[in-house]
Amino acid sequence: MTETVNTSRTITYRQALNETLRAELERDEKVFLVGEEIGVFEGSYKITAGLLEDFGPERVLDAPIAEEGFVGAALGAAMLGMRPVVEIMTINFSLIAIDQIVNHAAKMRSMFAGQVSIPLVIRMPGGGGQQLAATHSQNLEVWYAHIPGLKVVAPSTPADAKALLTAAIRDDDPVIFLENLSLYSAKGEVPDGEQVAEIGKAAVVKTGTDLTIVSYSRGTTTALEVAHQLEGEGLSIEVVDLRSLRPLDRDTICASVRKTGHAVVFEDDWLSYGIGAEISATIGEGAFDFLDAPVRRVAAAEVPLPYAKALEKAALPSAADLARVVREVLNISSNDK
Amino acid sequence: MAAKARTRPKAVVESTGGEPADTLRDYYERMSLVRAFELRSSEMYARAKIGGYCHLNLGEEATVVGLMAAIEARDYLFTGYRDHGYALLRGLAPERVMAELFGKVTGVSGGRGGSMHLFDEETRLFGGYGIVGGQIPPATGAALALKFQEAAGPDAAAVMCLLGDGTTNIGAFHESLNLAGLWKLPIVYVIVNNGLGMGTTVEKASAEPDLYKRGASYRMPGIRVDGDDVLAVRDAARDALKQARESRQPVLLEVMCYRLRGHSVVDPARYRSSEDTTIAQQSDPVPSFRAELIASGVLSEADAAAIDDAADARVSEAVVFADGSPEPDVADLFKYVYATPVANAPAALPGEPVMDAL
Amino acid sequence: MPDVIMPRLSDTMEEGELSRWMKQVGDEIHKGDVLAEIETDKATMDLEAFDNGILEQLLVSAGALVPIGAPVARIGDGSNIVEESAAPAAPAASAAPAATTVPVADAAAEPTAAVSAPATPAVVAPASATPAAPASTGELRTSPLARKIGREHGIDLHTIAGTGPQGRITRTDVDAAIVAQEAAASASAPAAPAAAPAAAPAPAAGSTDSVSVPVSRIRAVTARRLTESQAVPHFFLTSVVNVERLVAFRADVNKSLETLGSKVSLNDLFVRASAVALRAHPEVNASWGDGVILRHQHVNVGVAVATDDGLLVPVVADADQKSLAAIATETRALAGLARTGGLSLAQMSGGTFTISNLGMFGIDSFTAVLNPPEAGILAIGAASDVPAVRDGVLVSVPMVKITLTVDHRVLDGAVAAAFLRDLTTLLEEPLRIVL
Repeated sequence: MTETVNTSRTITYRQALNETLRAELERDEKVFLVGEEIGVFEGSYKITAGLLEDFGPERVLDAPIAEEGFVGAALGAAMLGMRPVVEIMTINFSLIAIDQIVNHAAKMRSMFAGQVSIPLVIRMPGGGGQQLAATHSQNLEVWYAHIPGLKVVAPSTPADAKALLTAAIRDDDPVIFLENLSLYSAKGEVPDGEQVAEIGKAAVVKTGTDLTIVSYSRGTTTALEVAHQLEGEGLSIEVVDLRSLRPLDRDTICASVRKTGHAVVFEDDWLSYGIGAEISATIGEGAFDFLDAPVRRVAAAEVPLPYAKALEKAALPSAADLARVVREVLNISSNDK
Repeated sequence: MAAKARTRPKAVVESTGGEPADTLRDYYERMSLVRAFELRSSEMYARAKIGGYCHLNLGEEATVVGLMAAIEARDYLFTGYRDHGYALLRGLAPERVMAELFGKVTGVSGGRGGSMHLFDEETRLFGGYGIVGGQIPPATGAALALKFQEAAGPDAAAVMCLLGDGTTNIGAFHESLNLAGLWKLPIVYVIVNNGLGMGTTVEKASAEPDLYKRGASYRMPGIRVDGDDVLAVRDAARDALKQARESRQPVLLEVMCYRLRGHSVVDPARYRSSEDTTIAQQSDPVPSFRAELIASGVLSEADAAAIDDAADARVSEAVVFADGSPEPDVADLFKYVYATPVANAPAALPGEPVMDAL
Repeated sequence: MPDVIMPRLSDTMEEGELSRWMKQVGDEIHKGDVLAEIETDKATMDLEAFDNGILEQLLVSAGALVPIGAPVARIGDGSNIVEESAAPAAPAASAAPAATTVPVADAAAEPTAAVSAPATPAVVAPASATPAAPASTGELRTSPLARKIGREHGIDLHTIAGTGPQGRITRTDVDAAIVAQEAAASASAPAAPAAAPAAAPAPAAGSTDSVSVPVSRIRAVTARRLTESQAVPHFFLTSVVNVERLVAFRADVNKSLETLGSKVSLNDLFVRASAVALRAHPEVNASWGDGVILRHQHVNVGVAVATDDGLLVPVVADADQKSLAAIATETRALAGLARTGGLSLAQMSGGTFTISNLGMFGIDSFTAVLNPPEAGILAIGAASDVPAVRDGVLVSVPMVKITLTVDHRVLDGAVAAAFLRDLTTLLEEPLRIVL
């Protein structure tokens, strides 16, 4: 009988991604990486550090600034059974490639009656808050979450980054793998050995009885922070981390809200037609009789994000905004700032 | 890992010389101002007065001065995100440019655009653009508008569209050049080729590394010029603009220069070989132009030092102004979202209820 | 022309049930015409027209619960007649309690609950964490969860004051109502729920051997008021009264009244005696008024009356100023109105003291629950023959146990005891009652 030792290490989100890419490159020779500045430059955010050196320029391809071209080329390679992992420098630049993603990657399998599959992963970070101004600070995940044929995952922890990226690479469909600039240096416990998440499943990352905060990616870390803070005030907050934006785990969301009777969605995108709109509608259908207050959304102000720090700060949803809205939903007055 | 040092392509246009001393002195003053401004920007970034991305013109001063000497006040300028020097030499007060980098309401874009998004309607600086290649189609469209609005001729306006070497690989570049060639638009596309798109050399990014040749696909004249030679740049650009404004012949001008430092202020550029770095430093146009002017008697050492000091003092004033300027008012957050007021325009801050639960 | 709105018809009313329309769309309306009957938390009231015109539209259906201030009908010049009410009809659930009210098993099951208007305007309304809903919408403001829990526990949400944002009824409010309901249920333990007709529509919450009985508005208000009264610190004083002379006195009085066709009950004597005692003890004719003690100028004695829908307490105003015959006549009339739902608000308002008499049911003695904000309530048991030795001879003497429940915030033991002693003396020397 062999003894299984469950070990884990505390590493950054960035390191979890880097190690997972390395492990998958080693495991499957069909896997290759392509993107701008991922080789010599080692990635704009250093996710691919050391990989060019170890796997060579045939499997770690530096692409020119030509998003539509190299995303489409990766898609073509996937049609012939390769497993490309594309890095788009930020989600903002994916708009240049959106025709290939939406009109092609998402459509082919259905349109060609299952004769071809697209085992393609497109990694890209979203997020604002670094004073990168309007064009470089967007959270466009809902654009992709809206598209049938795509899968969209958004890990919030290093452990999920590992398990979801592994699952995404081994998945036979195009997967949008949403990272976040402010998460790259976040640390967390990551189990050793192979970890493969189930795409399409949310997780209750903190249990509670008074109110459910639904969030994803960076928002989940803020939600947890606020939940723990409010715990000190005697409020029991449950936090649901979506992990997968498409498909959406509606059961987990509604099960939580049926228990707590209150829900707040914390999202980085703009409010109108955003992730929170979908969550709210789901709760309306699946937990209506259990709602003790209207579902509220804490989202970004609907303005092209300004560069100036004060304006940027005002426009982005913060922990303080979330805490305030949680108290409002629970009808609790607060002396908070 | 570092890229191989580039061999410098030979410039096809050489400086003509014989310039009046005042002009040369003026050009040096401008180069010195850009240099001082960029060094101070780097410092202010380190002091966290500037945030976000910040790309400097260090090493490209001769190109900046040459291009801005060629362009006329009536012409329109579009550029990428490495735009500080162009804004200064377009005539914007250093105070307003530095205030923009500081994110202050007195900045050229009201503190909303930052380093990459300098815009001044009055001087027809029609924007720095953060998205690679994002400026090329709008610049082409501006040239289309000029064609609607006025007749070709020596007094007509033209568009100058600046872009980097890496940008020539994006679809928008090719689509735009094709349109300009097809529609005969008054525009000059200027590739500021500093040899590196972030960390990728031109040779590794472009299947045709002689970028000026890319105009051939669109029957567009392609010209390459030494970007360290301010006069050569100026003259090449003037000639290109002349073709654009008088003959509605779009031109592709490639200006060869070096980027002295990393892609942005936070890039240590470790991917560059020491040899490449050495060449860049040796080619630095500011000290070499300075030495040239001293050697030719246009400036004394003391004159040059005085110019440098004056530039530094001018930038110091800009920093004081920027530092003392107010932040934009949060109450104005939604001020510029729409030109035509519209019913139900969203104006909620994060967490504010969108509906009263009546 | 302004809409006809749900009027405020009592001091504790938050909404009223429009129980019956008395006019139809198209009818000509004159000021003062009765448009509809409104059932408030207290009684059935008339909804009178304030305008002349044609009744153009009914905005709510019979059975709807409507907050104060919300429009219920439209009177105009007749040019905008809307036959079918397109307006929010009463939600089925709202109409149900009125239509299916189940009679409370038996008045005997009710020791002494009391529903009456507070004595003075100085009384503070039930506290609420947030201001009540602005009376601008016709809908009951409640969370879906509150509705669900309410359904499951047979709670009529219309009897609950919401403490959520803008007066929304939330889980907290319904939970509190459930606690109140349970408290009221245990207070009336002898009640036999088995007597409930099978028509009760609400499903049983959990166990299959109990049946949920929807409560009437009176019942629900009683439950709430009684629950409130339990928070009042109180004590009991019991006195045993020899009613031998009182019974004889009553016989004499009735004989003399015979020609007038009227009769005095023992209870009428208790009302009169209490009123006289209260006049002599103004400290008892008082109530707790949020930090002050309110001593009332008038002595208004409420009499608990069991009705099919629950307890009502009509008030004999200025009982100390009225003759025994007058009290007898008035009490009889009030009790009759109470049983037919015809009591006016005025007839139930302004009580300063309450009497609850279960003597006719053979109850020996009991304690009554305070009827806030009154400081005292007197519980009267049945007369029973007690052996006594008089002049060396064993005789039978009719005795009645009376128990005074006292709001300790208003009265201390000695003061209350002095009142009860004087009352006892009055009852034992009944001529003093009419002096």
